[in-house]
Amino acid sequence: MADTKKVAVVHEGKAGRRIAIGACVVFLVIFLVLPLVYILAVAFSDGWLGYKKAVTDEYAVKATLLTLLATVVALAINTLMGLCAAWAVTKFSFRGKKILTTLIDLPVTVSPVIAGLIYVLTFGRQSFLYPYLEKAGIKIIFAVPGIILATVFVTFPFIFRELVPVLTAEGTDEEEAAALMGASFFTIFRKVTFPHMKWALLYGMVLCTARAMGEFGAVSVLSGHLRGKTNTLPLYIELLYQGYDFTGAFACSSILMIFAIIVLILRSALEARGKTEKNV
Amino acid sequence: MSRRTNSHKYRSVIPGFGLTFGITIAILSLVVLIPLCSLVVFTAQLSFPEFIQTVTNARVRSSYFVSISTALIASLINAGMGLLLAWVLVRYDFRGKKIIDGMIELPFALPTAVAGISLTHLTTTNGWIGSIFYRFFGIRIAYTRFGITIALIFIGIPFVVRSVQPVLEKVDKECEEAAGLLGASHWTTFRRVIFPELTPALISGFTMAFARSIGEYGSVVFIAGNTPYKTEIAPLLIMSQLQEYDYASATSIALVMLVIAFLILTANAFAQSMVSKRVSNLA
Repeated sequence: MADTKKVAVVHEGKAGRRIAIGACVVFLVIFLVLPLVYILAVAFSDGWLGYKKAVTDEYAVKATLLTLLATVVALAINTLMGLCAAWAVTKFSFRGKKILTTLIDLPVTVSPVIAGLIYVLTFGRQSFLYPYLEKAGIKIIFAVPGIILATVFVTFPFIFRELVPVLTAEGTDEEEAAALMGASFFTIFRKVTFPHMKWALLYGMVLCTARAMGEFGAVSVLSGHLRGKTNTLPLYIELLYQGYDFTGAFACSSILMIFAIIVLILRSALEARGKTEKNV
Repeated sequence: MSRRTNSHKYRSVIPGFGLTFGITIAILSLVVLIPLCSLVVFTAQLSFPEFIQTVTNARVRSSYFVSISTALIASLINAGMGLLLAWVLVRYDFRGKKIIDGMIELPFALPTAVAGISLTHLTTTNGWIGSIFYRFFGIRIAYTRFGITIALIFIGIPFVVRSVQPVLEKVDKECEEAAGLLGASHWTTFRRVIFPELTPALISGFTMAFARSIGEYGSVVFIAGNTPYKTEIAPLLIMSQLQEYDYASATSIALVMLVIAFLILTANAFAQSMVSKRVSNLA
């Protein structure tokens, strides 16, 4: 209790404190814990064998692989973009910086369905690009490239956003000193800047992975919904659910749920790590 | 040296601007700019009367109403609960606090479709929660607007908490002590001393949750029931127009939603500038 007094200047007495904590716990149990417990309860309703059968189904495995592919590509592109954009924005001053950051932030504020729509308008049949794409034999809409593009789009600013505050706080003095002593760009980046931002970078990458794995709306617009070909895991879950295969749908959901929990644990660990390093 | 960094006209000594800026613009163009331009080009081809006719159609109007009203209620509830959660996480020490703190981001990490089917099954009239509400209160949750609101509350939880929490951690304790010594009650201290400090962060979290909720699709489609005029949200309407290859209608509906999102963003930017003003006043 002693340290509570130290921390809480406004203390409402034990009753108020208990009510506040109790309300939060009830709210979180109903909204966050119960859905997770329920997923497991239904996933295992046919026993371990039923679960195993649903998860190792040929189409489930293919959908998982496609989800992983889209996630890895989105992670690679957004890491490159995030690093470059954060470097350009925080180490230099130039006109239009605000517009640039707004444009990078834009994708997450757009509804996923609208994100899908704008790609359909860009690469679909009514687009002026369509004849060229067709001649080149490139299929984007209702195919794997469309799914990957949609995934990149919805996770676009995540890594950039985590890097900018860290690099802004760090300033440019160390980089200037290194540059004046003749260090090259890659040396400065590797030896001076990278150590400051590695936890923020990892943190952003974790967030990006989490969102990329679970994207539904945008991918749903762009996918041809072909089993085994253009179905990601979330889309496959929808398909099973609509076919009233609830055990299968929840079993596949549990895979994504486990990923989500791993992401949360990683997130907490990284955040703690970043904080302790800052204090040192 | 100082002239170099202070003036925009002189180039910075740090290398790599061309390379990093170039890569950024290249990726940004491919992923965001070109698709946005194609949206603009396509919009320019729409005829204005047709656009007005599409977006003022009764079914479209009611879908906007359903989206905005459920998102607003859900975000308001999240603003209240988020404030309480942030308060409990910052001011109290209790067992399991770390787990609660880590759990807040679950709606962000859990795929929306997974959350959607789970919440739907829980709240149908024979689900774990839905059956209780149906038997004792005669209220149906799944396949109603109530259900949509529940899904949107789930989606919006992290926004307010994560926006208020860091600000609350930094609130000056001395002001609170002073207020207490001057005889203010706990409630007055909270209302007059702490709450004004939190307002910008609270507004910012609220607008972010609101913006996200209006466009939310994955978690809502399953629980909504998708009955036209009643539980059909705007993103779903866009989706069904796309499936009928009616790109003109889909784009028209989307444009109005983009304008709404833009207005919410502007409100958020306004809140942000309030925050920075406050910080610069303190310094």
